[in-house]
Amino acid sequence: MSTAEIDRQWTTKLRRKVAGKLPPEKLLPDTQPSYVASWIYVFGVATLASLGVVIFTGCILAIRGPQWWHGSSYGHFINSLHLWSVEIFFFTMVIHLWGKFAMAAWRGGRTLTWMTGVVTFLASIATAFTGYASQTNFDSQWITTQAKDGINATGAGAYFNVLNLGQMLMWHIVLLPIAAVVLTALHVVLVRIKGVVPPFEDDVKPATQKVAVGE
Amino acid sequence: MAAILSFAAIFPLNTLGHYIHWHWIYISVANLTVIILMVLTFVGALFLPFPGRRRRKENR
Repeated sequence: MSTAEIDRQWTTKLRRKVAGKLPPEKLLPDTQPSYVASWIYVFGVATLASLGVVIFTGCILAIRGPQWWHGSSYGHFINSLHLWSVEIFFFTMVIHLWGKFAMAAWRGGRTLTWMTGVVTFLASIATAFTGYASQTNFDSQWITTQAKDGINATGAGAYFNVLNLGQMLMWHIVLLPIAAVVLTALHVVLVRIKGVVPPFEDDVKPATQKVAVGE
Repeated sequence: MAAILSFAAIFPLNTLGHYIHWHWIYISVANLTVIILMVLTFVGALFLPFPGRRRRKENR
């Protein structure tokens, strides 16, 4: 195969494009700009960490099933870990959102980073809602019977029936987690490509923006 | 076990929730507590010193 033919392959083109946009030292950096040394920059990774616990505990709940999480003390414990990691996930994600909104984090060509964050937030809300709907207890019965009228009023009830436990569970453990994780991964990759948004004073002085300071 | 029971007595979770009703605002105490904690955490994140920040500035 000639070099020209190799250059025309889609695998070659894609590899070169990815390597150009996101070289390894950018994907897994060993230093960060000095302005990142602030508590407000911690909440993005705190959201990621809690998402990891949510997925791990959710996998255990999926393996053992509702009888186990309702009827055993270990099941109650994992069920509570799943709930409280979701609480921390939303707690840290909303503070991350407030911080990034105050920084106008869409600056410097970061529009797609901001928008993937917005859509991930919406997907997470839908995931949490279907989680409440598939608890298989009186709480989920109450929530779904209250929610059905609102959902039906939008016209989505024909496709998204909150009283259908099987459908809600599938949305909760398959479709929406895939969406949330893929969007989160895309969001993180975009952060790595564009870098963490600098404070306003550094944004108007590009010289200091390029100084990446480690220890 | 006794510690768990005393903790449960401070936060009874099997009773009806408490709500604050002021004009058009109607919110559970639990939700309001979480919102206040989030605002406090946000303000703290802005103003509390980050460990090692001074050392980084000196190295700059």
